[in-house]
Amino acid sequence: MPKHIQSLERAAAMLRLLAGGERRLGLSDIASALGLAKATAHGILRTLQHEGFVEQDPDSGRYQLGAELLRLGTTYLDVHELRARALVWTDDLARSSGEAVYLGVLHQQGVLIVHHVFRPDDSRQVLEVGAMQPLHSTSLGKVLSAYDPVAHSELVEVKREPFTARTVTELEDVERVVDETRSQSYATDYEETWDGVASVAAPVFDRHRLAVGAVGITGAVERVCRDGELRAELVAAVRDCARSVSRDLGSGPF
Amino acid sequence: MTDAHTAGPFIAAIDQGTTSSRCIVFDRDGRIVAVDQKEHEQIFPRPGWVEHDAAEIWNNVQEVVAGAMVKAKVVREDILAIGITNQRETTMLWDKRTGQPVHNAIVWQDTRTDTLCKELGGDVGQDRFRRETGLPLAAYFAGPKIAWLLDNVEGLRERAEAGDLLFGTMDSWVVWNLTGGVNGGVHVTDVTNASRTLMMNLSDLNWNEEIAAAIGVPMQVLPEIRSSSEVYGEVKGGTLGGLLGGVPVASALGDQQAALFGQTCYDVGEAKSTYGTGTFMLMNTGEKLIHSESGLITTVGYQIGEDDPVYALEGSIAVTGSLVQWMRDQMGLIGTAAEIETLASSVEDNGGAYFVPAFSGLFAPYWRSDARGVIAGLTRYVTKAHIARAVLEATAWQTREIADAMTKDSGVELAALKVDGGMTSNNLLMQFLADVLDAPVVRPMVAETTCLGAAYAAGLAVGFWQSTDDLRANWRRAAEWTPSMDAEHREGEYKNWLKAVERTMGWIEE
Repeated sequence: MPKHIQSLERAAAMLRLLAGGERRLGLSDIASALGLAKATAHGILRTLQHEGFVEQDPDSGRYQLGAELLRLGTTYLDVHELRARALVWTDDLARSSGEAVYLGVLHQQGVLIVHHVFRPDDSRQVLEVGAMQPLHSTSLGKVLSAYDPVAHSELVEVKREPFTARTVTELEDVERVVDETRSQSYATDYEETWDGVASVAAPVFDRHRLAVGAVGITGAVERVCRDGELRAELVAAVRDCARSVSRDLGSGPF
Repeated sequence: MTDAHTAGPFIAAIDQGTTSSRCIVFDRDGRIVAVDQKEHEQIFPRPGWVEHDAAEIWNNVQEVVAGAMVKAKVVREDILAIGITNQRETTMLWDKRTGQPVHNAIVWQDTRTDTLCKELGGDVGQDRFRRETGLPLAAYFAGPKIAWLLDNVEGLRERAEAGDLLFGTMDSWVVWNLTGGVNGGVHVTDVTNASRTLMMNLSDLNWNEEIAAAIGVPMQVLPEIRSSSEVYGEVKGGTLGGLLGGVPVASALGDQQAALFGQTCYDVGEAKSTYGTGTFMLMNTGEKLIHSESGLITTVGYQIGEDDPVYALEGSIAVTGSLVQWMRDQMGLIGTAAEIETLASSVEDNGGAYFVPAFSGLFAPYWRSDARGVIAGLTRYVTKAHIARAVLEATAWQTREIADAMTKDSGVELAALKVDGGMTSNNLLMQFLADVLDAPVVRPMVAETTCLGAAYAAGLAVGFWQSTDDLRANWRRAAEWTPSMDAEHREGEYKNWLKAVERTMGWIEE
C-alpha cells in the first residue's frame, strides 16, 4: 500500500467525526477520539477552519462542520450574481476608457457575454448580452483559456477558425499565446477576430482564486492602440477593473 | 483615456437615506471620485412604528463627509459646493436653542398617523387637501407626523407655540447643522421636500396656513421654502467647519426628485423609474401642474433658483425588489437575489402563472387596501422557474400600469424610460420591461443618480455647470433594451395580468 499523506488522513478523520447530525465537539474530545496531541489536532482544525470546512462556535469554542463543506460539489458562481457585482466597476471602466466593456464566462466551447456596457458616446449600440465569442482569438477567450483548465481543454479541441489574416490557429502558437497571457496576467486581441477592432481583457477571480470570468474593453484600433500595441493606460484600467470585481467577489489581494 | 479626475474642482453630495448616510464627491464630468457611507440604527418601538435618532444621523453625516474628503484626497479649496438629497417625509423637531432633537425622527414608513389621517379626512376623505397639495391624506407625509409629535410628546406643543422648536425633514436638519446650527444655522427646506408635507400649495409654493392649522401645525415651526438649487448658506462651525468652512451649501432635493434630476429628465414627458425594494416612477410634466385622475401623486420635480418650478407626476409600487427578497428569504427558492434571473431564464415563459404581490393592498393606480397577494393561473405544469418568471414580470406590469396612468393624466406618451437602482442589473427584467412598455428602457452609466442629482443642482447654483444642457452632455447610456414583443402577445399578457389583479381585490373584508 502506497504511503498516504498523514495530515490529510487526520483531517478526513476529523470531518467524519464531526459529520452526522448537529454534532459539535471540543478540541480535547476531537484530539482524544483520534489519539492526537491537542496541539496537532488544533493545527489541523485551524487549517480546516480557514478553508471553511469547519466552524467554531464563538460561545462554546466547540467545532462543527462548516458551510463551505455543504456548498462543495454544488458550488458555482451564478453569472447574474457576477454581473450584479461587476456593474459599478464596469460602468466606471467604460467611462474612464471611453470604450465598450464586456464581461464573459466560459459556456460550452466559447465565451458567453453576460454583461455589456455601451461605449460612452451618443452612437447607436445594441446590447450584446447573450452573444458568444470564440476562445482562441478574442482577449476574453484567451484569458479564460489561460486561467480556467476547462476552457483550456475546450480551446485545444475546438475548431480554431481563421477570422482574419492575423488570427492564430495552430495549436502550438495558441499555446504560446496562452502562456504569455498567464505570465502577463492579461490578453489582447489585435485584429484577430474582427478587422479594425482590438480588445484587452483580464481575469476575474472568486474567493477561492478560481477564474470565474474575464472582463475587457473592445474598440477601434485607431482609438485603443498606439504603435501597433494596446495602449498601456487602457491595459492598466482593465486590470484595475478586474481586480476590483475580484475583490468584490471576496478574492484576496493580488 | 481620461482618468484625470483627481484634478478638481469637485462637488460633494450628501445622501441622507433611510438606512444610511453617504457622501459622494463628483468631478465635472459627473464621475465618482470618492464615496463614504455609514448606516444608522432603525428603531422599531412598536409594530408599524419606525424611528431614527437624528443626532446619530447628523454625526454620521459629518463622518461620511470627512471620510469622503480623505478618500478623495481633497481639501476645502477643491470643493465648490455641497448638495443634499434625503429620505423624503421623515419628520423631526428640534430645540433651536440647544440644537438637540426633542424626539426621534418619525420615518416615512411609520404608520402611526393612519388614524389621524382618517380623522383629518373627515367626510371628504383622503382627498381633502389633494387640490392644494397634490397628495392624498396618507401616513407617509410629514404634516400629520408633526401634529402627532406635538400632541403625544409631553410639553412639545407649548414649546412649539412659544417658538422654541423647529420642524424639518432631513434636508432642513442637515442644512441647519451644516450652516452653523445654534450659531445662526439657516432654517430652510426646498420645494420638493415641502411638497411632501401636505401643507404646501403646489401652485404658489407657499405654506398653506389653513391646512397647517387644520392639521394642527403652528406656523412658527416651519422652515422657509426655497428653490432646490441656490446657495442657502455656508458651512460654519462644528467638525466640518474646520474642514469645509465657507463652502456653499447649494442644493436640497428629496431622493426621488434628485434621481429625476440626476437622470437629466429635464423635458416634459421624460421619466425615470428607480427599482429598489419598492419602485418610484416620476415623470416630468414641466410647468404644468397636473391633477391626477388616475391615482398618481402630483409633486414638485425641482426648481432651479428663480426659475419656474417643474412639476412631476409620481407613481409608487410598494413591492418589487422585496418580492425577489421574499422568494429568497421566505420561500427559499433562490440563494441570492441575482439568482432569480437564472431560475427565470431556465424557462421560455411564465407557464400561464401571474403573481400580483399586493402584500399590503394595491397602490397606484388602484388604491385598494382590501387587496392581498395572488398567484393566478396555476396548473400542474407550473414550476418554480415559471413562478420566478412571474415574479419578475410583476415588476414590469406594475410599471406599465403606472406608465399608462401617467399617459392618461398628462396626455404625453412615454418615449423612453430611464431606469436606475439595484434591479437594473437584471437583464431579463429590463428586456421584459421594454417589451411590455413598448418603449426603450435605458440605463445610465452613473448608477448613483440620487447623489448625482443633488451634486448637479448644487453645481448649477454656484456656476460649476452653466445649464441643464451641460448636465445632459454628461449623461451616458450604459445599456438600452429595445422592445421586441409583438403587440398581440403583449396585449394578451396584459389582459391576463389585469385579470390576476382583479382577483386580489376584496380579500380583506373591512
